[in-house]
Amino acid sequence: MPSDPIIRVEDFTAGYGESVLMQNINFTVGRGEVFVILGGSGSGKSTVLKHMIGLYQPMAGHVYIDGDDIVTAEGAARNAILRKIGVMYQSGALFGSMTLLENVRLPLEEYTALDPEAMDLLARMKLALVGLESFCGHMPSEISGGMQKRAAIARAMALDPMILFLDEPSAGLDPITSAELDQLILRLAKSLHITFVIVSHELASIYAIADRVIMLDKRKKGIIAEGDPKVLRDTSDNPWVRRFFNREAVAEAA
Amino acid sequence: MTALAGALMASGPAATLAVSDGADGRELRLSGRLDAYSIAGVWGQARTAVAQAPERKVIIDASRVDYCDGGGVAMLVDLLRQERSAQAPVTVRGLKPEFQTLLDQFNPAALRPPARAHEERLHAVQEIGRAALITWRDIVTQVAFVGETSSALWYAVRHPSTVRWKDVWYTCEQVGANALPIVALISFLLGIILAFQSAVPMRQFGAELFVADLVGLAILRELGPLMTAILLAGRSGAAFAAEIGTMKVNEELDALTTMGLDPVRFLVVTRILAAVLMVPLLTLFADVIGVLGGALTMISFNIPILTFLREVDSLVDVKDLFAGLAKTPVFAILIAGIGCLRGLQTQSGASAVGISATRAVVSGIVLLVVVDGIYAFIYYLMDI
Repeated sequence: MPSDPIIRVEDFTAGYGESVLMQNINFTVGRGEVFVILGGSGSGKSTVLKHMIGLYQPMAGHVYIDGDDIVTAEGAARNAILRKIGVMYQSGALFGSMTLLENVRLPLEEYTALDPEAMDLLARMKLALVGLESFCGHMPSEISGGMQKRAAIARAMALDPMILFLDEPSAGLDPITSAELDQLILRLAKSLHITFVIVSHELASIYAIADRVIMLDKRKKGIIAEGDPKVLRDTSDNPWVRRFFNREAVAEAA
Repeated sequence: MTALAGALMASGPAATLAVSDGADGRELRLSGRLDAYSIAGVWGQARTAVAQAPERKVIIDASRVDYCDGGGVAMLVDLLRQERSAQAPVTVRGLKPEFQTLLDQFNPAALRPPARAHEERLHAVQEIGRAALITWRDIVTQVAFVGETSSALWYAVRHPSTVRWKDVWYTCEQVGANALPIVALISFLLGIILAFQSAVPMRQFGAELFVADLVGLAILRELGPLMTAILLAGRSGAAFAAEIGTMKVNEELDALTTMGLDPVRFLVVTRILAAVLMVPLLTLFADVIGVLGGALTMISFNIPILTFLREVDSLVDVKDLFAGLAKTPVFAILIAGIGCLRGLQTQSGASAVGISATRAVVSGIVLLVVVDGIYAFIYYLMDI
């Protein structure tokens, strides 16, 4: 348990329609941590992420971000919370009708009174942080999937959030590109002291970047493991967790 | 049989089937090549042969099969999966080991056709109730959307600096300037048809000149605004739904929301503003071209253009022009609004965007007809 949590998820219950996906879960994310939510396909890890960023309303419970509850906040209070976070979606979700620079500029245009030249510079610096300064004028469709994700991280960082949420950063990327993305995440976490909350099931990437993980399970409808992934791999008393970390297939129950 | 299937069948030794009845049961002797191309003929025969012997053992002798792939195995599984009494099983023997391993991958009993699920037929009243509920929910959504959009539009009018004007101008170009050719074509055609079809009978009474009044009134009051609006629904309503729908599928709407930006203000207001600015201008353009079309037609009925236009001017009032133009902002809000709403309602999946675009056009045109009727009623009461 981190002593100084930046995110606290308390008594959280969520699902779709009638079916409950997870029941009464609690966890915290420490300031400056690289925190990974993992679990098998369909365990609801992306769902938890989308609740934490306020896209969905949970059935019960609270999500405190830097002390404020995003579940109950409305209007200006909600916007104030949203300004502390940045989100990279699984597909990148860059705006297809805008260049990379315009994508990164957009939050600046909407929230700051800077003059256009200053906004351009800020946006270019964010793109430089992710190694895309020479692609400012490109459209999202003209660059590769890995670049799109990096550009999406740059856009998420436009207003210097305290927390970055990444949904499946390595999905659909080759191992080298994926490893480069991991390096980028580590560099940003160490140099800018950003807290990362990452949804992933890519083991190589988890070992490389995660300070702490929680593991969700759809049968238990909750968290079945929490801690350092390397420690969990070797010492967890839950056989399913050990199998997951050792990448063993489970014979289908007949 | 297609030529391709014929050629493929001819390329290898075809599958053959011989049926014989012996003391220990019926024997089906398969030979040759069993693949998806060659078995079409024997499959049906084999199935019939098995079905015709419900009380006898059936032995499928496959020892002369030279080749058997997924297609041939499917046929064997089909014969094996038939439900039969325990005294009369179907068995396969003599299949070469390399083909037998393929067959062993499957459990024929598990592949029996699923028992036809008892389809629950709804009572007609239930059907009507369910349909009514869906329609009612749709209406509630539309009312809520109208409220949300109106408040966003009102906010935009009071704080013009918050509107993304660059997007508005871009959409103006898409909705307005780029629609000029098709609007010109349709309204010109409309003018010509209207003039010609009315001029032929009216000539019998020597009343060709009054065609000018008919064309002028009909186009300015009704057809100009309505045709422009229908074209807009087909072009821009569908485009808005598809654009916003694709953004939704790509999580771009989620990205806007988590940036604290309201998709209605960001995407809907700009599109509605652009439509409201452009549709009256397009309608005016359609009116001019339509009347011109009528005038050109009447030349062939010996009525010069100037005479035609003077006749239009003498009967058709500015009031009529504005009666037509007054509808256009409402049409614009309806079409752009419903296009955006359908886009925002897009579900996930590849076909969802297409469905949204279709729904945008259909609901847009239905609403147009309703609103145009309301206008006609109001104008009649006000004697305009």
